[in-house]
Amino acid sequence: MPLLDIAGLTVTFSTDAHQFIAVDDVDLTIDEGEVVGVVGESGSGKSVMALSLLGLIDFPGRVGARRMTFAGHDLRGIGDRERRDLVGKDIAMIFQDPLASLDPCYTVAHQLMEALAVHGTERERSSRVARRTRALELLQQVEIPDAAARLNAYPHQLSGGMAQRVMIAMAISCQPRLLIADEPTTALDVTVQAQVLDLLLRIQRETHMALILITHDLAIVAETAHRVIVMYAGQQVETGPLPEVFETPAHPYTQALLAALPESSRDHARLQAIPGVVPGAHDRPAGCLLSPRCRYAVARCHRDEPALLGPPGRGARCHFRLDAQGHPTGGWALERRVEAIET
Amino acid sequence: MFAFILRRVLQSAIVLAVVALIAFALFNFTGDPVTFMVGQDATAEEKAKLRADLGLDQSFYVQFAHFLGNAVTGDFGRSLRQSRKVSDLFKERLPATLELSFVAAALALVIGIPAGVYTALKRNTLTAHFLLAASLIGVSLPTFLIGILLILFFAVYLGWLPSFGRGDTVALGWWTTGFLTASGLKALILPAITLSLFQMTLIMRLVRAEMLEVLRTDYIKFARARGLTDRAIHFGHALKNTLVPVITITGLQLGAIIAFAIITETVFQWPGMGLLFIQAVNFADVPVMAAYLCFIALIFVLINLIVDLMYYAVDPRLRVERLATAQ
Repeated sequence: MPLLDIAGLTVTFSTDAHQFIAVDDVDLTIDEGEVVGVVGESGSGKSVMALSLLGLIDFPGRVGARRMTFAGHDLRGIGDRERRDLVGKDIAMIFQDPLASLDPCYTVAHQLMEALAVHGTERERSSRVARRTRALELLQQVEIPDAAARLNAYPHQLSGGMAQRVMIAMAISCQPRLLIADEPTTALDVTVQAQVLDLLLRIQRETHMALILITHDLAIVAETAHRVIVMYAGQQVETGPLPEVFETPAHPYTQALLAALPESSRDHARLQAIPGVVPGAHDRPAGCLLSPRCRYAVARCHRDEPALLGPPGRGARCHFRLDAQGHPTGGWALERRVEAIET
Repeated sequence: MFAFILRRVLQSAIVLAVVALIAFALFNFTGDPVTFMVGQDATAEEKAKLRADLGLDQSFYVQFAHFLGNAVTGDFGRSLRQSRKVSDLFKERLPATLELSFVAAALALVIGIPAGVYTALKRNTLTAHFLLAASLIGVSLPTFLIGILLILFFAVYLGWLPSFGRGDTVALGWWTTGFLTASGLKALILPAITLSLFQMTLIMRLVRAEMLEVLRTDYIKFARARGLTDRAIHFGHALKNTLVPVITITGLQLGAIIAFAIITETVFQWPGMGLLFIQAVNFADVPVMAAYLCFIALIFVLINLIVDLMYYAVDPRLRVERLATAQ
């Protein structure tokens, strides 16, 4: 049985006049100890999806799913109390901006010990000394130099990389079985990014926890994840194991993302950017959501919405799934020719 | 820390000196107190003699120097109307104003902060909407009208509470208190509510706005992602982070409560400093007016100093010592 099993996850934000689908029918399963990358542009619903797993979507957002279980617990309609027993203990999450995610009013030690007092072992819950010892241990575990002195530091006294390490320490303090890292390195200097990522993966290996790595950096996912989910405008457009997905992408969006990497543009004069932006609440196109930006789009793409199809665990949401050479299949060439003749 | 306090005290002294100068200059041109003091049929010689006795015939600068020199020792001269020492008058009136202000400020905080937190956390409940609507009334109705309406209902129609005065007081040394007698406490209720209503609604709206702001921050999101209890998140993290602006405003408002007790004291004939000041204005009683202004300035300066010190207690970013700067 997978650790996390989600089917048909949908998150909508509705105001009186409009309804915005932030996450649209996403399926996600993760086994113990697995690293899954979730990639996509800004606004593709990655973070909202993560927050919905923790039950942190506030009114007017609504979360729905056909199936949503974590380690045998049904996460749908779970009570606040029950959820708190899971969230922060078995499921932990770290955020993008580490300095903004630590409360400026309290010391590192206070914030570390706070969660231990709620979720820690029996000894930690009852003894302040035990909590402090554990807090020091955690700081050492995330390789913070001079950890004992840092315990009494306030967040504003930490550098960005240091703050991210503290946040990781807080997240792993209760030995979670699943850690969701939402753009864990985006706010950091390039030199620190690699260190933090290495740290995260070392902890993942040592503790055998599952890791969902949300990022827009394909290189990070390519290096670290076992599987990847590519998201676009709230939908899962492609999913599959690595490195297969990146070597032979089945969806034009994945292909375009890979082509947009600087490495892919060595032989070209310009970077190959994807034209346009992710559709927002009010400009969702008919048919395939990518159709206005897709280089292969034909009349059918603007009309019919494709479903996520393909062999198990290797789905792509496209009418004309790409083949191993990166060419659209399923009669695409014919349709394109017919269109050319008609116009 | 010591250097900080010393600097603030020096700044405060300058502020006070300037206020004293302005107050003194202002009231020197409000009218001739001598004409109020002597009868209509007084001769020019009598007036001149009185003027000389009071030192009013000397130049402005000499008068101000005198005033300042005496003021430093707490001597503000004699009231021209009551021919008693101003410091004695103040001593007599101060307890009434301070007790009223203290109760009003306490009411404003004790009701304002929880109401602000409540309306921020339970944004869409009926109670929250009601509190917000009610707070609009508190912000927009003038104090004297609220006072008069309260008197109309509770003193005239219902007859539950007295409409004026301080009730019976008990003397503790030179301090007279209304806290220890039933009639003193009853007399305190209406003026305290009147005086606190504006500050209460202000604090409530401020706490609500700040709280809503803080609840959107990443550290609150992270706190929730760590599975902390709502109680710890709302009161440990959110409320503490809203406190800095709340302390600032509350501090300034406490000064305002003492200063603007004038209106409430007039409506309720509360025998405090404000009433003394109004009576002094009617009589061009310069020493009393000047002393009152200096006193209010002193209160504001003191409160600002305390507010600054409280920042240091609440917000670690302001603390001077850097224990562990990066690397």
